[in-house]
Amino acid sequence: MAAEAQNLKVSVWRGTGDTGDFETFEVPSRESQTVLDVVSWIQQEADPTLTYRFACRVGMCGSCAMMVNGIPRWTCRTHVKKVSDNNTLRIEPLRNMPVIKDLVADMDPFFDKWVSAEALHHPTSTRDDAIAPVDATTPQRQTADAGIECINCGICYAACDTVAGNPDYLAPSALLRAWTLLNDTKDWGRGAILDAVSGAGGCHNCHSMGSCTRYCPNELDPMSAIAGLKRETFRHALRRKRDA
Amino acid sequence: MLDLKLYMAQRLTALLMAPLVIGHIAVMIYAIQGGLSAAEILGRTQGSVFWFAFYGLFVLAVSVHAAIGLRVIAHEWAGLKGRALTGLTWGVGLGLLLMGARAVWAVTWA
Repeated sequence: MAAEAQNLKVSVWRGTGDTGDFETFEVPSRESQTVLDVVSWIQQEADPTLTYRFACRVGMCGSCAMMVNGIPRWTCRTHVKKVSDNNTLRIEPLRNMPVIKDLVADMDPFFDKWVSAEALHHPTSTRDDAIAPVDATTPQRQTADAGIECINCGICYAACDTVAGNPDYLAPSALLRAWTLLNDTKDWGRGAILDAVSGAGGCHNCHSMGSCTRYCPNELDPMSAIAGLKRETFRHALRRKRDA
Repeated sequence: MLDLKLYMAQRLTALLMAPLVIGHIAVMIYAIQGGLSAAEILGRTQGSVFWFAFYGLFVLAVSVHAAIGLRVIAHEWAGLKGRALTGLTWGVGLGLLLMGARAVWAVTWA
């Protein structure tokens, strides 16, 4: 009886595509239990048809990101006792992405935007050239280093209210990577990047609400990176006008 | 939806409006000391190149700034896009410009 009182009441989103509903499960409460433990318990003990993603379980890969009580989180690094509300949990797939099934979001639009933002490496030399040394102490390199630990988990994308209202917006992580590349001496895509982030869905759509920076589990700061892109595109445009 | 050109237009008009708003409010506070009458206002503005330029520029900046701001809200909150969004942007911008320009003309040269 005492154990039953400790049960967690877990509402889990079930469904395919646009249709679905919450299903509630009673899950035994455990010491040091993570939200991913809860989801795995449901799949292993209650309903094997529950679909969800995970891989590393230690906050390295970012594939277990889900909405937990309305907030995007890495479920493997989220302790139940820190987020449960009166022993209840509400678990949903990441916001702002189409749903494939249950807790699995379709991340295609998210990754497509990385390509659209030119958030990909533009090499300066070939494999036959000598390796150019990188000076880790320059301010430019430190600006790049501040943002390179992004593991594309999609937390910031799900947290971003601008994406929610403006689906074409390139979104925080793609713009953060564009910003790190812009500050990387080994990247030669400056013009392409500045053009890519200046279009209709570009960095200028950001309202600086800061949810990306607030919720990034790696404590990165995409909002400031986007502000940097805004400044740099502005400067670049003025310069171009002067030189024309 | 908001590209670099629109962003720059909105930021630059904001830059223009900042001193104009302060000037507008300062003159308002100064002008109402000791009562306010239409004759007094018109006495100051009629035939004045300075007030024509001041409020003319103000109206121009407001029209551009507000049209872009409302465009963003209409897209994000009401889902307006494509031609409807372009139409709204131009409609708001030209509407504000027309009404504002008429008012500026009325108190300076008409």
